Amino acid sequence: MSESKPPNGAQPPDTPPPSRERVRQARRRWLRTILLTGGVMGAALSGFLPLVYARTKRLRPPGALDEKDFLSSCIKCGQCVQVCPVQAIKLADLVDGFGVGTPYIDAREQACDFSCDAVQCILACPTGSLVYKKPAFLGSRKGARLAAAPILKAKEKDAEPTLNLSERIGVARLTRPEACLAIQGKGFKGQVRGPSFKGRMRYMEVNRWKPIGVAEHPYDLAECDLCVRECPVKGAISIETVFAPDGSKRKSPVVHEPCVGCGVCEMICPVEPTCIVVDAREVWNT
Amino acid sequence: MNAFLKRRFFDQIAVMFGREPKKPAAISEPAQQIHILKRATNKEKLQAATLAHERSKKVHKWRNRRWAVLIVANLMFTFSFWLDIQILEGALTASRFVGFHLIDLNSALQVMLAHKHIIVNLVIGTATVFVLWLILGGRSFCSWVCPYHLVAEWAEKIHLYLVQKKLVTDQNIDRRLRTLSWIVFAALALATGYTVFESISPTGILSRALIYGPGLALLWVLALLVFEVFFSRRAWCRYACPIGLTYGVVGILSPVRIKYKLDSCFHEGDCRKVCLVPHVLDTVIKGRAVDTEVPIGPDCTRCGLCVDTCPTGSLTFDVKGLSKLL
Repeated sequence: MSESKPPNGAQPPDTPPPSRERVRQARRRWLRTILLTGGVMGAALSGFLPLVYARTKRLRPPGALDEKDFLSSCIKCGQCVQVCPVQAIKLADLVDGFGVGTPYIDAREQACDFSCDAVQCILACPTGSLVYKKPAFLGSRKGARLAAAPILKAKEKDAEPTLNLSERIGVARLTRPEACLAIQGKGFKGQVRGPSFKGRMRYMEVNRWKPIGVAEHPYDLAECDLCVRECPVKGAISIETVFAPDGSKRKSPVVHEPCVGCGVCEMICPVEPTCIVVDAREVWNT
Repeated sequence: MNAFLKRRFFDQIAVMFGREPKKPAAISEPAQQIHILKRATNKEKLQAATLAHERSKKVHKWRNRRWAVLIVANLMFTFSFWLDIQILEGALTASRFVGFHLIDLNSALQVMLAHKHIIVNLVIGTATVFVLWLILGGRSFCSWVCPYHLVAEWAEKIHLYLVQKKLVTDQNIDRRLRTLSWIVFAALALATGYTVFESISPTGILSRALIYGPGLALLWVLALLVFEVFFSRRAWCRYACPIGLTYGVVGILSPVRIKYKLDSCFHEGDCRKVCLVPHVLDTVIKGRAVDTEVPIGPDCTRCGLCVDTCPTGSLTFDVKGLSKLL
């Protein structure tokens, strides 16, 4: 921009009507302005696409508000990611539209095992997207609220054994009973997810404060009960004797009301693909 | 502040919202004297002085300081997480500095409008950052902290090289667009309940990429940079980014700004060539300064490029009231 020329579009006050060239320039400038507006707004509104396509639901960190409220309140800072001792929380990418930068848990890769004891991600959240207890005005979906504060097996002997959590983030469901080792009466020996699995968990008998790799903790079980054994919440899942469709008795993992949807069962299931999954944002239906 | 500067003060707010700067209607007596005197000065003498300055060495004092601050600030986030030293946890949108909440003003605004519920931590963080940038100079956030500003500065260098080679031309865009985008994104947050702007904010995307690793969202940032390199110089920061406007409004009352001294200025216009927001430097055009000393308006990012580039030292960093205090 040279000094002799007046800045963008500013006309000296005593000039004759704008020349044709000027008019053309002004028109082009308008077109460019509209182009940039369109580009920015198009990009911004493309955030709606994943919602339109109704992609698979994300499992949010514990204490997450209902999805709509969660997306409106999350400031996408990742402080929850930073405090998680097992790094269960990841941030979503562009394909999540408005959910870009929001935290989620891929339970099969790394579930939340509550090894922080205090649900630190909730404590870290600056905007109240993750809450211990929902504010009154937000309302709660039927079956989302836990009947009682979940008792953490790891803290069972502590003075305060409960987990500060009032709503579940999902519910576990046995998706492939035909492949379930417990149902087949099979045992399990070795590393549950193979030697290269990166997932970590807290084992109370190893170290209460330091989670270790699941691969470093091999099992030798006469009858597989891993989903029950490693479930961090008391009474959320158990092996029960059930009747098969043909009338015969057999054993099977059964999910109960205290299930918070943390996903440890999904992570620890040694069958590929997993027999038990957490349905994100599912509520407890009696 | 005299009447001339007061009028300019309000004029500059309008300019920030997108109005083109106009010739001042009235100029103070001492400034008028200098304007007249400059018109009478031997032109050749001035040209000789200009040439001498052109040969003088390029200074990058403020730019280097600023880049250092920007890089250190952003790496503090990164290393707080990587090394788990917990000094500055979070990302630029919201963080905790040794435990104190800091929340980006524009992100906070988006969340408040979308969620319609404000919790205490959000208020504390927002208020802290508001006061911080009120003291440090509003849009200083842009040039001293925003990571997109830095990559855009590098892209700008490529753009200017291409312009010099006559391969591209800078296509300017109506600056009122930024005000429009601020309003539209605020309205969208309010109406849809989604923090729509946050999903495309290159500041947030880059900050998260630096801390939590790169993702596909960087493609959007890349698209913006390509647009800026080949089409329109610094388009995002100049014409689109609502964060800039938010911090600009904070900067209206900020004591930190660039000060222009009329008498020593040669009106070469070097400062306007390097400036991200040349409309704030309209005062350096011959005959435009309304007073002998003019503070630069709130849309200025206090980047200091003009201070570095000014051969006569007519542009300096200034803290309002500090010189009186000392």
